[in-house]
Amino acid sequence: MTAPAGTTIDAVVDHVDVVADQVVSLVLRRVDGRPFQPWQPGAHIDVHVGDGLVRQYSLCSSPEELDHLRIGVLHVPDSRGGSKAVHALLAGFQLAISEPRNNFPLRESRRYLFLAGGIGITPLMPMIEAAERAGKEWTLIYGGRSRGTMAFARQLEDRYGTDRIRIFAEDEVGRLDLDSILGMPRAHMLVYACGPGGLLNAVEERCMGWPPGVLHTERFVASTLGAAAANAPFEVELARTGSTIAVPNDKTILEAVEGIGVRVLSSCRGGLCGTCETRIISGEPEHRDAVLTEEDREAGGIMLVCVSRAAAGCPRLVLDL
Amino acid sequence: MTATTHEANVLGDDPFATENLLDPYPFLGRLREAGAVSYLESTGSYAVAGYEEVYEVLTDFETYISSGGLGPRDIRKDSGWRPPSILESDPPIHTVMRRALTGVINPGTVRALRQPFTPPAVELAEQLARRDRFDAVTDLAEKYPLRVFPDAVGISDGGREHLLPYGNMVFNAFGPENYIFKQAFAQEDEHAAAVMRNCQRENLDDTGFGAQIWDRVNEGIITEQQATLLVRALLSAGVDTTIFGIGNTLSVLVRHPQAWARLRENPKLAKFAVDESLRLESPFQKFHRTVAVDTVLGGVHLPAGAKVLVFLGAANRDPRKWGDNADEFDLDRNASGHVAFGMGLHQCVGQPIARLEMEIILQQLAERVAAIEPDGAPVPILHNVLRGFESLPVRITGA
Ligand code: HEM
Ligand code: FES
Repeated sequence: MTAPAGTTIDAVVDHVDVVADQVVSLVLRRVDGRPFQPWQPGAHIDVHVGDGLVRQYSLCSSPEELDHLRIGVLHVPDSRGGSKAVHALLAGFQLAISEPRNNFPLRESRRYLFLAGGIGITPLMPMIEAAERAGKEWTLIYGGRSRGTMAFARQLEDRYGTDRIRIFAEDEVGRLDLDSILGMPRAHMLVYACGPGGLLNAVEERCMGWPPGVLHTERFVASTLGAAAANAPFEVELARTGSTIAVPNDKTILEAVEGIGVRVLSSCRGGLCGTCETRIISGEPEHRDAVLTEEDREAGGIMLVCVSRAAAGCPRLVLDL
Repeated sequence: MTATTHEANVLGDDPFATENLLDPYPFLGRLREAGAVSYLESTGSYAVAGYEEVYEVLTDFETYISSGGLGPRDIRKDSGWRPPSILESDPPIHTVMRRALTGVINPGTVRALRQPFTPPAVELAEQLARRDRFDAVTDLAEKYPLRVFPDAVGISDGGREHLLPYGNMVFNAFGPENYIFKQAFAQEDEHAAAVMRNCQRENLDDTGFGAQIWDRVNEGIITEQQATLLVRALLSAGVDTTIFGIGNTLSVLVRHPQAWARLRENPKLAKFAVDESLRLESPFQKFHRTVAVDTVLGGVHLPAGAKVLVFLGAANRDPRKWGDNADEFDLDRNASGHVAFGMGLHQCVGQPIARLEMEIILQQLAERVAAIEPDGAPVPILHNVLRGFESLPVRITGA
């Protein structure tokens, strides 16, 4: 059972570590001492940072250990308060958080390529641990400005070795050479990438030469680096069918619509192929697919219902279904 | 590696025998029953027809490579009849070509085609709806893609008559050099030269997919030769397949009047009707892969260099995947996961274009035609790897 959205947990900061230049890691425990609900690699939590601000941070602790959660937070000077407030937290401070939720799940495959840019390393850490435990073939490509800014780089190298943990610090070797990193697709390999938008755009472009559907990305909203987009529940009105349904936080529009027996053609179900494109009659979507161009998004008439949701502050979408 | 391997079941049946080309399904049923992997004496290749094995071969592109060609000969050893296309390449060469092509043809760019693709469909459907009988292949399926697709690529009007014969050569060459192949290649030089002319930058208009592919040369992603080959790939892979897709969909729908009625009531069902028809009557039935390194598939040892004939059309009717009614059309079936467009690395780039063309023409026809039924027996085409009809006479009631 997932807790309904909006339910918060009182947590306390157990300790704070400076893990790189401008990056701290916070270890959180429940105030009541109970364990957190089980979660899967790629999950994040909402953190209520005060003044009504809610930020999402990926978990970088081990899903095997439920007595605590760890998040990594990059201090962004102009982030409208989110990371600044978190950076001000000290051991013993209390704050409200959500149970872990996952928009970036690790799918079963035989091989993985993990690709991190800067603080984008956080959700990939539990993924690496899971891949290693399952005996999968995997490599991490981790790029950053300089070693000093790259959280957990050393720790990962020590634990897994430099064959599989490949660190590329820009001040030493220049920017990531994506043409060579992604120039040779491997069979049954999924690519999980997390980092700033510019890097992810470049990765997406290179992955057009890979089998459709292999790339999975977590986009950090630019203004709140280190925070992933939230999953809030909302309503969808099906204009043709004439019914209105609730889309809970753990379901996609596609799943919710199929749940009442309305058919939508789908294929990848991951925002990659464009098959589930649906016309929006009213309401504001939050696009999470890798298909629509900027122009499409601005034009505003369509969305891919297998991944995209209603925008924050839009309680209801009306769709041509 | 699996500890126990067994010999492949040897089959004497020839998939390229005339009767098996005209009506493939009885043979494909026997092939699926024979085991996960069979050996075909007639072609000297292995064969996979079950969904699971077909899926594995398509997705493991390192073990089952494409650079040996999609035909029965290994074109790495004795060079093929033309420079290898994107379809006949492996990473990293495939990777740059595919990246360039996907940047040009993707759901976003194809969406813009709905507008130019609609009026010709309206015109054609209006014309046909005024008659009481027509041939759904020669009067419709062959007409529509040739009206809209070459314009989308941006080729000139001259030389379009070579597209069909050229496509016929390309696809028949994925089978053995039998009499069908020879017939297709009778005027090889003329057709090939005409199509190659169309692929040159100076012969393409400035806005079509062809010109956009050439733009990728300036961006340094592909070479001029690769641009030529990519435009050639569109022109050879994009016409016949879609014609057969439209014809096959109608061949199914004329036998299902209730589905037609539902389609008229709810035009949104057109997409589903097309998808289910492609599953049931897959236009691209089969092609070969080449085994790169010794491997085991379905308990059978496959030696490096062996050819594997991959039966998409059989995987799409595998009862283990689709249930006991796998051989039947069911408009309510969820057909997603079918391999009519392939799967994985080489999965059809033109899929959104093909789907768009098929959906538009079907919707326009359904809007104007109250009922459609067979008017005599359809005539299947004799083709090495494509499944379709030469003629599909129909009788209609106007709306
Ligand atoms: C119903 C119509 C169509 C069907 C059934 C179909 C089927 C296929 C299949 C099965 C493959 C995979 C071959 C393999 O794995 O080796 C493929 C690849 C391809 N198709 Fe299509 N196709 C259709 C329409 C089109 C159209 C309209 C275009 C052009 C715009 C096109 C262009 C291509 C290209 C370029 C490839 C090669 C992709 C690669 O190797 O990466 N196809 N098609
Ligand atoms: S089903 Fe592929 S984008 Fe939605």
